[in-house]
Amino acid sequence: MSAVVVENIIKTYGKKKEVTALNNISFEVKPGELYGIIGPDGAGKTSLFRILTTLLLADSGKATVDGFDVVKDYKEIRKRVGYMPGKFSLYPDLSVEENLNFFATIFNTTVHGNYDLIKDIYQQIEPFKNRRAGKLSGGMKQKLALSCALIHRPSVLFLDEPTTGVDAVSRKEFWEMLKRLKEQGITILVSTPYMDEAGLCDKVALIQTGKILSINTPHGIVDDFKKPLWAVKSANMLHLLNQLKEKEEVEDIYPFGEYHHLILKSQLSKESLEQWIRNSTTENVQLQMVRPDIEDCFISLMKNY
Amino acid sequence: MRTLKFLLQKEFRQIFRDPAILRLIFIMPVIQLLVLPWAADYEMKNINLSVIDHDHSGYSQKLISKITSSGYFILNDYSNSFDKSLGEIEHDCSDLILEIPANFEQDLVKEDKAKLFMAMNAINGVKANLGGAYLNTIIQDYNREVRMEWIQLPRFSPETQIEVTSSNWFNPLMNYKYFMVPGILVILLTMVGSNLTAINIVKEKEIGTIEQINVTPIKKYHFILGKLIPFWILGLFVLTLGLIIARLAYGIIPAGSFFTIYVFAAIYLLAILGLGLLISTYSVNQQQAMLLSFFVMMIFILLGGLYTSIDSMPEWAQTITKFNPVSYFINVMRMVVLKGSSLSDIKEQIFIMIGFAVILNGWAIFSYRKRS
Repeated sequence: MSAVVVENIIKTYGKKKEVTALNNISFEVKPGELYGIIGPDGAGKTSLFRILTTLLLADSGKATVDGFDVVKDYKEIRKRVGYMPGKFSLYPDLSVEENLNFFATIFNTTVHGNYDLIKDIYQQIEPFKNRRAGKLSGGMKQKLALSCALIHRPSVLFLDEPTTGVDAVSRKEFWEMLKRLKEQGITILVSTPYMDEAGLCDKVALIQTGKILSINTPHGIVDDFKKPLWAVKSANMLHLLNQLKEKEEVEDIYPFGEYHHLILKSQLSKESLEQWIRNSTTENVQLQMVRPDIEDCFISLMKNY
Repeated sequence: MRTLKFLLQKEFRQIFRDPAILRLIFIMPVIQLLVLPWAADYEMKNINLSVIDHDHSGYSQKLISKITSSGYFILNDYSNSFDKSLGEIEHDCSDLILEIPANFEQDLVKEDKAKLFMAMNAINGVKANLGGAYLNTIIQDYNREVRMEWIQLPRFSPETQIEVTSSNWFNPLMNYKYFMVPGILVILLTMVGSNLTAINIVKEKEIGTIEQINVTPIKKYHFILGKLIPFWILGLFVLTLGLIIARLAYGIIPAGSFFTIYVFAAIYLLAILGLGLLISTYSVNQQQAMLLSFFVMMIFILLGGLYTSIDSMPEWAQTITKFNPVSYFINVMRMVVLKGSSLSDIKEQIFIMIGFAVILNGWAIFSYRKRS
């Protein structure tokens, strides 16, 4: 049985339903999977999470979490999922310990009973347990929120953009925590706008303006990228970009870090490509072939959609 | 029950941790009850009087000293020119003009009658009205005294005379504080009940904790009860504090029983908490809740019979006051505190208040459901 099943979910906003947040979305998450929903801001990630956590009703379509329907059995779902919204939403005027105890008691459990599950995370903020939650730093707030979402040992954990606005070190730590949680058998759905985090998931769904562009393992998505990808660099990057954009042999070129990534319509060897570039531009160009990453795949999927 | 216990524990923790709310709950009743009743006094004192005396006789002197010794009037100026006195009124130094014509004494003695002229500054209507009435009474009294001096009336007067004397029941000394303090107490209770509840619930919406609560198995009614019970208790606490202040500062001891007051207050708070809940369901942030409850409070206070008597309002306004829970409680408070009414006397108000509680809470819960 799948942990989460989403079938043809449509969600629109506005009186005339003029804004489509989710457009016929379907996917499936297996138990124990770390599933990433990757997409830019406004792609519909939060709407999807709110539907799955029974906070929002979809216009049409069906979804189940842990085998329970999100509309009919919402009470059952609320007992067994953990949800960590993108915005910090614990009580800022209660202390770390009081927040945790409060959420434990409303799930009819105790901190002590599930301490082994949150131990790794909670230990890092335990020295500050008497501090009010509102006075914690961003990273600590997030650890507390995760602890509170986990305190009732949920079978499915929903994390809505947990790493947005968190520094690079804390992000890395956070993903390591998720891996350890996965080992405990908890299914985790995590949304993120950061492409580099996609590689850390078991499976990712790329989502854009309410539509799923692709669902695959991170490797699978990269392997789907069949065309050779070239990285080009010169002294005047903007000039190079504008000149190459004009050429009809070029399928796509876009800035990517310190290079431009270049995709050609036809296959060329490195020598003939060098020759072609020398003819096409006045710039002195450095050229190398690179392995595409998720971001390249996403850009190409977005443009071809 | 266990869930409710923890919700209440959390709620009280938050309330006692918020110094602003605590200060509000303690200081608001004390300040309002100690300051307002002294300021909101209807009795007119210090009416500035200009006297124009063209007569300068013994009788006119006697009249003027009688007026000024009454305690209501301050003799602003004493002149013999109407224009000058009118100037005083125009500069807002004077509220009333009394003109004593020349030959006042002569006419009074010879012709048994004399005329006086009175002019009032009607910009402050209440002051002009009351001042005029006081002055009239004093002059009539003076008139009788003069007549008593001249003729020794027979034991049984040949002409019929009706003299009206009045006594103020339930408040023999017409002490305005007895009248105002219970009313102000009601307003305080209403503020605690509706404003604080509304703002507290909306705060959870604003910081997003309501989402987090909604994904837990907490039931709606647990959440709502967890919000209402603390403020119900706080409301009764403020009432107790207010009654203690009324006792210590003004010596007001309710003629009726405290039990009656608390029973009605308990029901009244239910209705007002329902109002707070209702306001919270219609507001998205604390500002909206604040403004909305401020708007409602204004109407409640002005149409509640605290400052202006409901009986003297036009009929349409009286109809509106029937939908104002505050007016019932002010009425009941005055009945119990001054008149000593018992539970059976306020039966009708109790039933109406239960109706308010059911309707307001029902409406709030209905619209809370629809929106979540």
